[in-house]
Amino acid sequence: MTPEQVTREHLVEFVYHEARLLNRKHHDAWNALFTDDGYYWVPLVPDQDDPVNHTSHLYEDKLLREIRVERLKSPRAFSQMPPVRSHHLLQAPHVETFDAAANRFVTRTEFHYTESHGDEINMFVGTVFHHLTVRDGALQMTLKRVDLINPDAALPAVQLFI
Amino acid sequence: MSATLSPSRYRNNPDAVRALVEPDRVHRDLYISQELFELEQDHFFSNTWNYVGHDSQVPNPGDYFTYDIAGRPLVVVRDQDGTVKVLMNRCAHKGARVVSAPSGNTGRFFRCPYHAWTFRTDGSLLNTPLREEYANTAFASSGNARGMVPVRHVENYRGFLFVRLSDAGEGFREYFGDSLSSIDNMADRSPEGKLEIAGGCLRFMHDCNWKMYVENLNDAMHPMVVHESSAGTARRLWMDQPKDAVKPMAVEQFVPFVSEYKFFQDMGVRVYDNGHSFSGVNFSIHSAYSPVPGYDDAMRAAYGEERARSILSTVRHNTVYYPNLTIKGAIQSIRVARPIAANKTLIESWTFRLKGAPPQLLARTCMYTRLINSPFSVVGHDDLYAYRAIQRGLQADGNDWVSLHRDYDPGEVGQKEVTAVGTSEISMRNQYRAWLKYMTLTM
Repeated sequence: MTPEQVTREHLVEFVYHEARLLNRKHHDAWNALFTDDGYYWVPLVPDQDDPVNHTSHLYEDKLLREIRVERLKSPRAFSQMPPVRSHHLLQAPHVETFDAAANRFVTRTEFHYTESHGDEINMFVGTVFHHLTVRDGALQMTLKRVDLINPDAALPAVQLFI
Repeated sequence: MSATLSPSRYRNNPDAVRALVEPDRVHRDLYISQELFELEQDHFFSNTWNYVGHDSQVPNPGDYFTYDIAGRPLVVVRDQDGTVKVLMNRCAHKGARVVSAPSGNTGRFFRCPYHAWTFRTDGSLLNTPLREEYANTAFASSGNARGMVPVRHVENYRGFLFVRLSDAGEGFREYFGDSLSSIDNMADRSPEGKLEIAGGCLRFMHDCNWKMYVENLNDAMHPMVVHESSAGTARRLWMDQPKDAVKPMAVEQFVPFVSEYKFFQDMGVRVYDNGHSFSGVNFSIHSAYSPVPGYDDAMRAAYGEERARSILSTVRHNTVYYPNLTIKGAIQSIRVARPIAANKTLIESWTFRLKGAPPQLLARTCMYTRLINSPFSVVGHDDLYAYRAIQRGLQADGNDWVSLHRDYDPGEVGQKEVTAVGTSEISMRNQYRAWLKYMTLTM
């Protein structure tokens, strides 16, 4: 695939595919959807523009995502007893930026995200932005940004990937 | 647990409370009894000095933030005279909470949203509508006419604001003693000697008693066990990297958590009277961070060679300002415990900019706090799992006592200051001696 061959349908399908990988716990395959310099970001405040000089819930490069993914395979990831399950309920993604010449595509998707842990259940609501580019012949994420409606609220543990 | 369903075991019974704390162990009810939690609100958290915030959160007159201590709603405000006042957040009229926003600027006065009574930023009553209708009443001589009640015991120590709600208890300096050296060290790490709140506040709800959290910060026996899956994984992934690879900051921050027992033993712990303590007497998990370009030079220019070296070589781990504040001077982050119920505690994590220091230091601080203190933190998840396990496990019968015997020495009781091996449980024993003292002081 080249940037010129990208269609809106490709972008939308990417977003759905990414959520399905997470819900099925195919975390290695999920991590491979990022470019090598891509970031997964959950800001701490609404409209946060600086991930470095302001704290975030998450701002993870390849190494940090790998630590997260590898940890889940450890028998001593105690907080995963019993294992947490996740579910993404997505609204149809909206393509916000479609710039084949710059090889830059951005989608915006409203979501309800749920984690279950034993008998407990927690729900998180917000908007996710997928910043996509064609690299090595496939769409990849340079940035996945998750804006919760209440990032500054007192939150319980969020253990998997929104 | 409702008071009507369970018999009152501890209220009006200080002897029963005293029986809960022995020199080397404590009773499980400290963590699970809602009745004791309510008594803590009435006595313990009123008689102790509690942190409410930092004065850099209210730089200008009229700036305020709200906070609760011991279940009492407070508003902390920069008065027109430039000092910081702490007021009971209650209208002098019918008792409505006057301010509900977490923070903001109120201008020259607060205005109650119910009947428009107004109060100056020192709490005094400014006006009420239709004032003449009070003319022939006892209002003017009543407490209601005095306005919002100021907290009498407020201390601003290098920007850190503490309150003591009760008239009982000790003065600020006497209460904290030499433990204040950790706040000094954090502030001194600024070439200007000044800290400024920056980077936001992480708010992580913990379903456990506040004491488990506070104990854990100087519990040097848990990191290599609890954090094996997170920090241990970071170490393993790093070891697979080529020898000449540049060590990422995240790896520097994660890996020391899984150091050997000897590392934590040698770190050392020091306790002070009234429950305060810090680990990292000799070094800490923060000692081996890479230098930040320009920072050492800025410190030498500000303080001179010797003093700069003395400040920067003091690299403490956690300092507990008992009961609700814990700080990490070496990384400029603090965590504040906000007890909500016997089994519920909100942990708020704040970070600071060192004024006059290179901006990379704030970036380092923000990275640390999101790796360790966020509700999304893989380190925090496993700590919380342990606290939840205790909260649940202590409901079991057959053993009412929590063991704090490690490295106990009867000679430690009654000392103003003791330094011990880092893996000692002395910091917890010391906390519960203070807990008992301030819990029963007004019973």
